[in-house]
Amino acid sequence: MNSGIDLQGSFIESLQDLGIPAGAAKVLWMPLPMFLVIIGATMGVLVAIWLERKISAAAQQRIGPEYAGPLGVLQPVADGIKLVFKEDVVPTKSDRWLFTLGPILVVIPAFFSYLIIPFGQNLVITDIALGIFIWIVVSSIAPIGLLMSGYASNNKYSLLGGLRAAAQSISYEIPLALAVLAVVLMSNSASTIDIVEQQAGYGILSWNVWRQPVGFLIFWVAALAEAERLPFDLPEAEEELIAGYMTEYSGMKFALFFLGSYVNLVLSALLFAVLYLGGWEFFIPLSRLSDWLGVSETSSWLQIVTASLGITMTLLKAYFLVFLAILLRWTTPRLRIDQLLDLGWKFLLPVSLVNLLLTAGLKLAFPVAFGG
Amino acid sequence: MNLAEGVQIVSFGILAAAMIGAALGVVLVDSIVYSAFLLGGVFISISGLYVLLNADFVAAAQVLIYVGAINVLILFAIMLVNKGEAFAPIRGRWFRRWGTALVGVGLFALLTTMVLATPWSLAPNSAEAIEYSVVEIGKHFFSDFLLPFELASVLLLMAMVGAIIIARRDVIPEALPPEETQQTAYTLQERPRELVSMVSQSQPTPE
Repeated sequence: MNSGIDLQGSFIESLQDLGIPAGAAKVLWMPLPMFLVIIGATMGVLVAIWLERKISAAAQQRIGPEYAGPLGVLQPVADGIKLVFKEDVVPTKSDRWLFTLGPILVVIPAFFSYLIIPFGQNLVITDIALGIFIWIVVSSIAPIGLLMSGYASNNKYSLLGGLRAAAQSISYEIPLALAVLAVVLMSNSASTIDIVEQQAGYGILSWNVWRQPVGFLIFWVAALAEAERLPFDLPEAEEELIAGYMTEYSGMKFALFFLGSYVNLVLSALLFAVLYLGGWEFFIPLSRLSDWLGVSETSSWLQIVTASLGITMTLLKAYFLVFLAILLRWTTPRLRIDQLLDLGWKFLLPVSLVNLLLTAGLKLAFPVAFGG
Repeated sequence: MNLAEGVQIVSFGILAAAMIGAALGVVLVDSIVYSAFLLGGVFISISGLYVLLNADFVAAAQVLIYVGAINVLILFAIMLVNKGEAFAPIRGRWFRRWGTALVGVGLFALLTTMVLATPWSLAPNSAEAIEYSVVEIGKHFFSDFLLPFELASVLLLMAMVGAIIIARRDVIPEALPPEETQQTAYTLQERPRELVSMVSQSQPTPE
């Protein structure tokens, strides 16, 4: 770990100069990155919703939102404000407590996973050893919220949607975890920072896409299924189930589901960028570039440039993937439920197991290229 | 006592209270669906206790396996099967209740003697935190805990084969005579709702 710009250290030091004890200064620091990430995640969702509206319009040869702000960029904000002011309807004979708890259980895990997303060498909330495993663990809680809201709505379409959501997320979690495990095997660590560092060195050539050609496809398919995006949006298939588990929801509770699904989409794209597209790395290795230009690696302006370039690269890669997901949504038809489960259990699971085995074998055979 | 210890003690209190409360709820609540949801709460509280014990991987595995898989499957089964039928009280119910209570108290007494008899090392900071607990667990799995680990996997494989055989009815010949296997209409549980028009008819509004 090189000594970069230590925001936490300088913040605590400046508070200690004001006469605040060290422990209290650390407590004051702790909520700051969390709030920053929650706000950042929400902003990311707003951008994703705007992209969804504009790209769907382009796919259908419409113009899309145009009047709210330049190019309609304020349209997601308008949507959000409308949802805040809507009446919060709880249907009769529904289960009031579970009805309220369901959306909360869906949203919190999605935001929680942002803990481990790195935007640079030191730009991560916590670099824990479990790393990427935390995301798999936390996202496995969401189906309980979906089942809960599906049951509490007292509506057969809601219950069917909740059951489908649970079945889908259980069956696609396993290929997802196995695809991630192959990457973890190559980087000898589950920490997201280590995974990105293992892809550094040769720029675009050392990214994991080239070393995990099957793994990244499995991950993308499974991540789309986990986020319930269109080839796999069976839990809310409009033609069959009205809106699935969200049928009875309105106002802010519906907004929570909506927010949760888009946070999941952006999160999956960010993790794809971290796992397979080199995270914050530029196309050419920056340290060599600075060597050629004769700039010292410890100069502060270079570190600022590297950090901002890292954030930009992570976001660029992630939004490229969000663009792909949106394009897929507006151009592909929906699978049937039996096709979905067949694809998950009979195709993706064996293929991901073979991929894991091959990765382990290649790691033993070519430890130079596959992280021995 | 510094800040970290205070946070640890407070979170231990909250987790223990949540776990005991949710566990009592699982047993005492009438609705089986509530029981299943509360069971998820118990599992999450246990994983919080593991985090307090520096066992990060065990905590994560607890949530992944018990909450993410087992509890979801329990809920799944309840929601598919739940017909909302009223259970008639069976004869000899008091005997079953007292038997269950006896077994429960016996288990509690056994565990209490175990806790009291074991020489715990209570010295503060006795065990240093292992940085990569996954690596240590892996080493134990492939050295001194190899046999239990492999036996558990064989047991799970047997359970899986059994489940597949039960699920695939074409493997077992149908034992029931054909007239008893009539088609039942499968309906999802939905409490009856009065139509809005009927409600407004029963309560005439002044016009």
